Amino acid sequence: MLQRTSQHVLRLPGIVAWVVRPLPLLPLQVALERLLAGILERHPDLVDRLSGFERRRVAICPSDVPVIIVLEPRDGTMILRVERILDGETVAARICGPLFALIGLVDGDYDGDALFFSRDLIVEGDIEAVLALRNAVDNAGVDLFGEALATLGPYAMPFSRAAQSIAHLWTALHTNARHNREAAQ
Amino acid sequence: MTAIDAQSLELVCPAGTPAALRTAIDAGADAVYCGFRDETNARNFPGLNFSRDEMRASIDYAHARGAKVLIAINTFARAGDPGPWRHAIDDASALAADAVILADIGLLSYAARTHPGLRLHLSVQAAAASSAAITYYEKAFGVKRVVLPRVLSLAEIALVTRSISCETETFAFGGLCVMTEGRCSLSSYATGKSPNINGVCSPASHVSYRADSGSLVSRLGDFTINRFTPDQPVGYPTLCKGRFKTTVGEGYLFEEPVSLDARPLLPGLKKAGVRAIKIEGRQRSRAYIKAVVSAFRESLDALNGGRPDPIDSLALMTEGQTVTAGAYKKAWR
Amino acid sequence: MSRISLTLGPVLFNWSIDRWSDFYARIADEAPIDIVYIGEVVCSKRQPFFSGMLPDVIERLERGGKSVILSSLALPTLERELRYCAALADASQMVEVNDVSMIPYLDGRPHAIGPFINVYNEATALFLADGGARRIVLPPELPMPSIAAIAAAAPETDIEVWAFGRIPLAVSARCYHARLHGRTKDSCQFVCENDPDGLRVDTLDDEKFLAINGVQTLSHSYCNLICETRQLRDIGVSALRLSPQTCDMVAVSRVFRDVLDDHCDPEHALRLLRTIAPDTAFSNGFVHNTDGALYVME
Repeated sequence: MLQRTSQHVLRLPGIVAWVVRPLPLLPLQVALERLLAGILERHPDLVDRLSGFERRRVAICPSDVPVIIVLEPRDGTMILRVERILDGETVAARICGPLFALIGLVDGDYDGDALFFSRDLIVEGDIEAVLALRNAVDNAGVDLFGEALATLGPYAMPFSRAAQSIAHLWTALHTNARHNREAAQ
Repeated sequence: MTAIDAQSLELVCPAGTPAALRTAIDAGADAVYCGFRDETNARNFPGLNFSRDEMRASIDYAHARGAKVLIAINTFARAGDPGPWRHAIDDASALAADAVILADIGLLSYAARTHPGLRLHLSVQAAAASSAAITYYEKAFGVKRVVLPRVLSLAEIALVTRSISCETETFAFGGLCVMTEGRCSLSSYATGKSPNINGVCSPASHVSYRADSGSLVSRLGDFTINRFTPDQPVGYPTLCKGRFKTTVGEGYLFEEPVSLDARPLLPGLKKAGVRAIKIEGRQRSRAYIKAVVSAFRESLDALNGGRPDPIDSLALMTEGQTVTAGAYKKAWR
Repeated sequence: MSRISLTLGPVLFNWSIDRWSDFYARIADEAPIDIVYIGEVVCSKRQPFFSGMLPDVIERLERGGKSVILSSLALPTLERELRYCAALADASQMVEVNDVSMIPYLDGRPHAIGPFINVYNEATALFLADGGARRIVLPPELPMPSIAAIAAAAPETDIEVWAFGRIPLAVSARCYHARLHGRTKDSCQFVCENDPDGLRVDTLDDEKFLAINGVQTLSHSYCNLICETRQLRDIGVSALRLSPQTCDMVAVSRVFRDVLDDHCDPEHALRLLRTIAPDTAFSNGFVHNTDGALYVME
């Protein structure tokens, strides 16, 4: 688990968006669907908490990655779609913010209201659907990293090693950023 | 867990979900308050609150760790339909909740009659702000603790606490109602949904945000309640923290988007004879609960151990990213 | 069907002593009102201004055939305010309870429960009636089905409904008049007296929205249930409250009386009320179970 000591959010450098842009969406869609299926299996109360919000689609829009994830509670489960743009798409609501902020919300490292107060998170549209999703996910206590590893099955080991090095790099970057910020204060 | 001795302030923490309840207890809460997933409690927000099964498991979790669970049934029962509220009280009693937090006179009467062994706390929603009012609830229903409305100064809290025989609990952190709780229809005037009846203030179903030439405009029902430039921290879309115009001036007429942080006043509250302090935020995430409850646990342990308070800033967790001592300082009025 | 009575609520605003005494003189002599509630509800600091004149005004109202009920404070917290509650309890008139603090002082004697007490259901109404409440003025945000359920369950208690005037929406420890003028509550210099109908509060889009009155916040719109009077009578409501505003309240009371006596149809009466209060929107949303700010046409 990555350690975060405050609500300060690290943003991905523009190069990440540039690298990700030409990649095809289908493999990501398949991977994320598998990830979601695993999460829902281990956290059945997540969908249960969303009863009453059926078919109200929420778009998750990372501001630093050119990919949009659309989630829709439907028929006792959750449908996921990956899009590049919301062209002609009818979503009830949008949640926009840096990728790490969105991941931190799922992992329980960040508080959604605090990110909203600090303007790191922007919500638009059906605020009720957004809150329901946020609260259901927060209660589920999803460990995204662990879920991702579980999803990969036999590929988990090498991926895990790679991810650990990324995590170390990230932590180093974060600590560095924090030192810079404190030095600036 | 820190054992509660007779002199120490009890730390009462919010939980909107079972996960938040476990987080609060693990972070050092002495008691957690929470509600059933319906309009019987004043935080009837989408995706929040506890089913009966979740409540049972959560009470087991708390009791196994020496913590209490207080169930808030603090809206006012709908005329002609008291069933959901009475069932909530019956179930809280059956689940061995440590207390129920009530505001409605009809429900207090029902609980006192039907479940004489059930401990009753008077919700802040009852707005009992004087010794005379509190004594009324003590005598009529056997209320054991009153949550004081956020209208009293520290000196007044001390005075009230001395002149009643039940315990007092005061808010110490979080969102700050500017209006007397339980007596505010501002939200229902704009949305038709009442905090007192439906358990929602500024219901999400009636809130909208709109980008308007670089500014963020928040609306409640048909009314614009605020406009933020990109560099301004924002707050909840409640009317009492909105910006308005008058012939005298324009701005935050009632209150700025700020949150209460009474940590500097903890020694004073303890000296005043207050029994418990309460953290607001059943609508908040595990991250908030963990940060705030841990900080308060540390402060209270320091207070009990006679050490200086290691007050760390919690401003980043708060509305408007600014904190205030609110009505505890008389000049706030 | 019993006759529905008209009541005049206490003046909620800080009126000059001249405006205040002229107002009650006209009400005493001219208004078809059955019960007049009188006394300071919002801010105890205003109370000394007119307390000396109160006995004379009460006598004049009673000579004019009105019953008088003494209103108490909505949020007494200070010792001085509690002493005032105790003094009110000794008066010969009935008292309107606007905070639970008042109840112990009455010691079970007959009293009225005011609109600031949270009576949302029949169990609360019956409990209070057991304690001596003879009249209950319901909270203005109650919808029609709740009013009906409470009236049906408590037939011995007179149920009164907020029918005209700005709707009290909130009360606070903080004085917004003082805050707006850069003062504190203790050093307010009674700046609220400049706004005898409340200080208008508009949204940033210039929509009329609220009105402030010291520590109190009210609707900008005037509640107006003239078109609902017959329905209210049919569900067992026994009195309608008109809350004093700066418009001609004698004229307002005549219009309501005419409708209640079937001398005027509600639609015509609504037009008349618009000419009496031409600058302020009306609302009736609360009884129709929707946004309180709305006016619902049947």
